[in-house]
Amino acid sequence: MSHTLVTLMQDRPGVLHRAVSLFRRRGFNIESLAVGHSETPGVSRMTLVVDAEDVEQVVKQLYRLIEVLKVTDVTNQPTVERESVLVKVHAPAANRAPILAVVEAFDARTADVGTATMIIEMTGTPSKVDNFLAVLRPFGIKEMMRGGTIAMTRGVPQQQRQRRRLRSIAAASAYSYTGSNSTPTHDDPPNAQADGVA
Amino acid sequence: MTRVETRAESQAEAATAAALERGGGRRHERDEAHTGAQIMCEALIREGVDTIFGIPGGAIMPFYFALPEYAGKLRHVLCRHEQGAGHAAEGYARATGRVGVCVGTSGPGATNLVTPIADAWMDSTPLVAITGQVASTMLGKDAFQETDITGITTPITKHNYLVTRAADLAYVFREAFHLARSGRPGPVLIDVTKDAQQARAVARWDAELRLPGYRTIHEGSRWQIRKAAELLVQAERPLIMAGNGVIQSGAADELRALAEHLGVPVITTLHGLGAFPQDHMLSIGMPGMHGWVHVNRAIQECDVLLNVGGRFDDRVTGKAASFAPRAQVIHVDIDPSEIGKNVPAAVPIVGDARRVLAALLRELASREPWDGAASAWLARIRELQAEHEPRQAYRRRPTTTPLAPHDVYEALDRSLQERGSYRVVTDVGQHQMWAAQLIDWRRPRTHITSGGSGTMGFAIPAALGVALACPDETVWVVVGDGGFQMTNQELTTLVQEGVRNVKVAIINNGYLGMVRQWQELFDGRRYSGTPLSGPDFARLAEAHGIRGLTVEHARDVDAAISFAWSHDAPVVIDFRVEREANVFPMVPAGGSIGEMLVGNGAVVQDGNSNLPGAR
Repeated sequence: MSHTLVTLMQDRPGVLHRAVSLFRRRGFNIESLAVGHSETPGVSRMTLVVDAEDVEQVVKQLYRLIEVLKVTDVTNQPTVERESVLVKVHAPAANRAPILAVVEAFDARTADVGTATMIIEMTGTPSKVDNFLAVLRPFGIKEMMRGGTIAMTRGVPQQQRQRRRLRSIAAASAYSYTGSNSTPTHDDPPNAQADGVA
Repeated sequence: MTRVETRAESQAEAATAAALERGGGRRHERDEAHTGAQIMCEALIREGVDTIFGIPGGAIMPFYFALPEYAGKLRHVLCRHEQGAGHAAEGYARATGRVGVCVGTSGPGATNLVTPIADAWMDSTPLVAITGQVASTMLGKDAFQETDITGITTPITKHNYLVTRAADLAYVFREAFHLARSGRPGPVLIDVTKDAQQARAVARWDAELRLPGYRTIHEGSRWQIRKAAELLVQAERPLIMAGNGVIQSGAADELRALAEHLGVPVITTLHGLGAFPQDHMLSIGMPGMHGWVHVNRAIQECDVLLNVGGRFDDRVTGKAASFAPRAQVIHVDIDPSEIGKNVPAAVPIVGDARRVLAALLRELASREPWDGAASAWLARIRELQAEHEPRQAYRRRPTTTPLAPHDVYEALDRSLQERGSYRVVTDVGQHQMWAAQLIDWRRPRTHITSGGSGTMGFAIPAALGVALACPDETVWVVVGDGGFQMTNQELTTLVQEGVRNVKVAIINNGYLGMVRQWQELFDGRRYSGTPLSGPDFARLAEAHGIRGLTVEHARDVDAAISFAWSHDAPVVIDFRVEREANVFPMVPAGGSIGEMLVGNGAVVQDGNSNLPGAR
């Protein structure tokens, strides 16, 4: 089944290659991948949707990468999941009105209008994006780019925990090889690896 | 690879270096600064390295330029192939528990290290591989001898680095050694561009390691340890399986204490051989594809299986679904990803084998210690052992042939036990399995082989590393004629380095024997690609300046072996054995360990296939 994993990792050279290479060689199938900066400098955040029988093994293998700070399987947690999409749709003058109606119905936005095409940007849950594209398809989709699912867990208690955790990471990850002499004061991180099996 | 760039190129580089020299910095800064290459040497010495194995080449030349300054502290062993350098470093590491170091240049030098790196990865051997790389300005331009070795080794290293600045070297080396030796040990590769080796920098040795994502759990969960203790106490048919982790963490004493405290029989995997003395009454032998029938049967019958530091390799479990069907498994491993990967664990314990075993002992301290009498369970195993007649039958020489492989092992084992001070390095194949079965393993780190990766050609170069690490012990190499022909060039390295304590026993059957055995048993004797000729190995040894002997009759085995022991220099003995002898017992690949071939066409079954309650 599909699992959504949120991974925080140090932004060191080659880290994305390591993660992707790991998925390939262990035979885990990536359905969607989105990477970018997190709120902490030096820490990247990756949202992964993987199709794996044994997601615990995926998580444990990710933890073997030394840059990986935290992996959370948010599949069964209350989350906000979003995906962005840009679509260039065939839009001769006659079609514009119905297309704009669809745009409005899906809370999408018109990003560009040309003589025979429109570019529409839309953000929503992955399934809403699926629906949106299904509705647009009959008009003729010329180009399309989905941005990959990104996810965040809801709620205050979760966030507080996360923030505490990130403070400790931030202290430790102003990373450079030669670096400053200041002692990073991170508490011993929670026993995340043992959690997976205990 | 000893290949050097064109002359014009090196002249240009020399000119640049000279210009840098003239223009470089204020005087006092210059005094403190060292070249990257010097920092690399200094870093190695600081990490406790005394021997490195390698081959120079263009991109690693600055490092080799610096090496002679450190000659008293760093011994460089020039190998004949980088694969040899890598396996030698592995042998050094496996014999001592310290980090082995190998060095190669960029391109082919680096790719030749890939096989030993993969081998170290599979067997959790602490290894640091250092490779030269083209100058940072040339990276990505398909420069001469440029290979993306960090890309290539990503899946087979614990971590790797591409260093382009001299100022980064001190930190990277410290982190690399820390990663290689801590937690579950493994290989780490450091790729250093030529300009980083040449540039000057002030090395900072005090920077704290910043590895927030690298957590190693040493102490097992107390709750799980208590659960494990309860299970062991309640068990009627408990079994301990000791793997590589017991040896790596130095837990042999704790293992023995626990087994003796509870009176639990112990089995040792291929990499666990030596973790528990096989002459101990609780030792029952090796499990798995070529394990003994009674050992595999004990696994199938046990009700609690404590696996310490083993990863349930498929060569141990056979078909995982029918492995230990009655057992509740307690799995101790320092790597959480190994637990539950192949065999579900009732009690998972992430931790260092030695500390977890010590904690288990403390947990069980109040319990009355074992009285030393054989339990009904142990008696049952011994009964199975007697029924399936393990070692002696396999040792018995078929009268039809003048020299059976078993004759060699019988004599070798006798001499090893008599002399005592030994290490044995084996290669991969039939001879390896016979060595595992027929030699009585008694001490940790005496049995060194390529397990997970199954790298033919491992033994001769690994023995070079073992011999340098253990100069006062005799290192026996047991190798097939196939593996011997893959890396015997390192015999010359032995000679150049003045290594005297390596003795090579070639189990020469003129086949790639293990493949031939499978072809015989499963492919209707279709010997495709397995018949193997070779040179006269004794004369080949003589060409290297090493004493070579050929043995064709059982009656000559003892004399040859005792000559090798007493001869104060390397010896190669070519044992020309029965060509189609097979390793038995055997679990056919993918089969259940409950069903074993014990001879050509003979099968024993445990009748477990319709077990009630089987997983």
